[in-house]
Amino acid sequence: MDLLVGQLFTGLSTGSILLLAALGLSLTYGQMGVINMAHGEFIMAGCYTAYVVQQAVGDAGASLLIALPVGFLVGGAMGLVLETLLIRRLYHRPLDTLLVTFGVGLILQQVARDVFGAPAVNVAVPEALRGGVDLLGVTVPKTRLFIMALAVVSVAAVTLVLRFTPAGRRIRAVVGNRDLAETAGISSRRVDAGTFFIGSGLAGVAGVALTLIGSTSPTTGQSYLVDAFLVVVAGGMGRIKGAVVAAVALGALQAVFETYSTASLAKVGVFLVIVVFLQLRPQGLFTLRTRSLA
Amino acid sequence: MSPAPVRMFLKTRLGTWTGFGAAAIVLFGLAPLLLSGFRLGLLAQFICYAIVAVGIGLAWGRGGMLTLGQGVFFGMGAYLMAMHLKMADAEFRNGPGAVPDFMELAGIRELPAYWAPFSSPAFTIAMILLLPTAFAVLLGLAVFKRRVKGAYFAILSQALAGAFAILLIGQQSLGGFNGLSRFQYFFGFTLADPVNQQMLYFIAAGVLLAVVAIALQLRRSRYGELLVAVRDAEERVRFLGYDAANVKVVAYAVAALFASVAGAVFVPVVGIISPASIGIVPSIMFILGVAIGGRASLVGPVVGALAVAWAQTALSEQFPSAWTYAQGLLFIAIIALLPGGIASVFKRFPTKRTPVEAAA
Repeated sequence: MDLLVGQLFTGLSTGSILLLAALGLSLTYGQMGVINMAHGEFIMAGCYTAYVVQQAVGDAGASLLIALPVGFLVGGAMGLVLETLLIRRLYHRPLDTLLVTFGVGLILQQVARDVFGAPAVNVAVPEALRGGVDLLGVTVPKTRLFIMALAVVSVAAVTLVLRFTPAGRRIRAVVGNRDLAETAGISSRRVDAGTFFIGSGLAGVAGVALTLIGSTSPTTGQSYLVDAFLVVVAGGMGRIKGAVVAAVALGALQAVFETYSTASLAKVGVFLVIVVFLQLRPQGLFTLRTRSLA
Repeated sequence: MSPAPVRMFLKTRLGTWTGFGAAAIVLFGLAPLLLSGFRLGLLAQFICYAIVAVGIGLAWGRGGMLTLGQGVFFGMGAYLMAMHLKMADAEFRNGPGAVPDFMELAGIRELPAYWAPFSSPAFTIAMILLLPTAFAVLLGLAVFKRRVKGAYFAILSQALAGAFAILLIGQQSLGGFNGLSRFQYFFGFTLADPVNQQMLYFIAAGVLLAVVAIALQLRRSRYGELLVAVRDAEERVRFLGYDAANVKVVAYAVAALFASVAGAVFVPVVGIISPASIGIVPSIMFILGVAIGGRASLVGPVVGALAVAWAQTALSEQFPSAWTYAQGLLFIAIIALLPGGIASVFKRFPTKRTPVEAAA
């Protein structure tokens, strides 16, 4: 029983981390069909935002609360700049965009290395989040619970924005059919920019949260990026629902594999499962139904 | 530099032979004459990257498959070759069935069963040729038959590279994080001998010429036309009755084979292979040279890969920070502004309009 609960929790925890990293990615992919390889570096920027804010504020609790919105703005601003300067100009060349954003990621990593140094830095965890809580006989670290809660809040916020706000309605319209949305008077350019701002901002938030469970180095983002991509691929690109289910499923899968083998074999196992899964559903778990050939 | 008449001449049969002849004179005649042993070794290493680049040019430039995981196949070839070299060294020192030195250090007394066959050179070479190709065919069938393509394929291939590197780090019987290094002999020849090092360079250069010749033949064949057609309008090719997946699998498998052979040559030349040189980042770095040289051209990827590798060696030690910025900027500038690479600059009279843009 304890083992099962422990497993379940590890799975959910890993899943929520994956979800935080993948949520923004899924949003930007769904919007523009663009893979943003610099997304990992936006996460890294969020991590360093948390670090800088803590250096400035001092108190760990207050700095976390300040860093979350600031991280959103930092990530969002970076995304906005990237979208305006590069991605917009490469429309209809998704694979090229992937490589260009990889170049951007390389530069951002080096900037971080030059500004903060190559060694990892640590952000102090607030007093209130230290230690653990007993849950069904298992001790659960509070930081992990916080990240799970944050993931839930982020998904809820994105869902609410998409469903009930005018901006969200415009985003859904452009995702559904870009040409038709433009015909209806929606400026798809502005919607693109807005989506990129939100998606990249979510990466910043994810970065701030990740400082609670690990140290920050210039390559932090990279380590989350591939897993986040796999979540998006398995979930169906651009589907929030798919990202949630896929993140939890992959998290659980990884936890199970890790129990019965090593962490390195777990990664390989997850990859194999995804390849097999794509045999069954090549477009991922949930797909946007269209009549296009591709 | 190469105006239209020269290009036209190179397309003729005589022109092809002239081109290969000139390349052979440079690679086999001028380079060993002008370069010191050390620099020749470096050139051999760069040539290995160029061999990978030819494969990427075929799969990505001609086939539209952005494969971000060539490190996997490069690594397969490299590790297979390294296993044989390690086995041969151990047998030379301690007789048949001996355990390679790094295993002794790691406390592995028994030779793992999967190592044993690699004491045979023939088996090793067969595996270097067959294993990555078979793996690429299987993976390609699984992916392309289900019409997984574009960004999905790119991400999957990248995840594969990541998983492969992590898998290798976990394998103590393959040297783990440190990989395999310190080879003494190459099929009976002492690697420390400068003459043998020059021989390795000649092998690398010969393989490069062979690989370019194969790629050229594929491009000029009906298959090559079909491949470009699949890149530019996959649906239309399918409606014409071809199986687009098979066309893609062939190009992907050939690219994998090239990468594997390059890895196998790389190991004796450089003397080390470790997970760090085959993971996600090295795999995507293979792309940079191809993009700069011109993804859809034949010689472009070779020149681009050689140039990038040379720049890396020349600059990264002295200016590590500046070199990383340069790499990032090159990715951005070349792909955003010059998607045809340097090869497209020489194309004064393009016959087709922006074939590269359609590839995306």
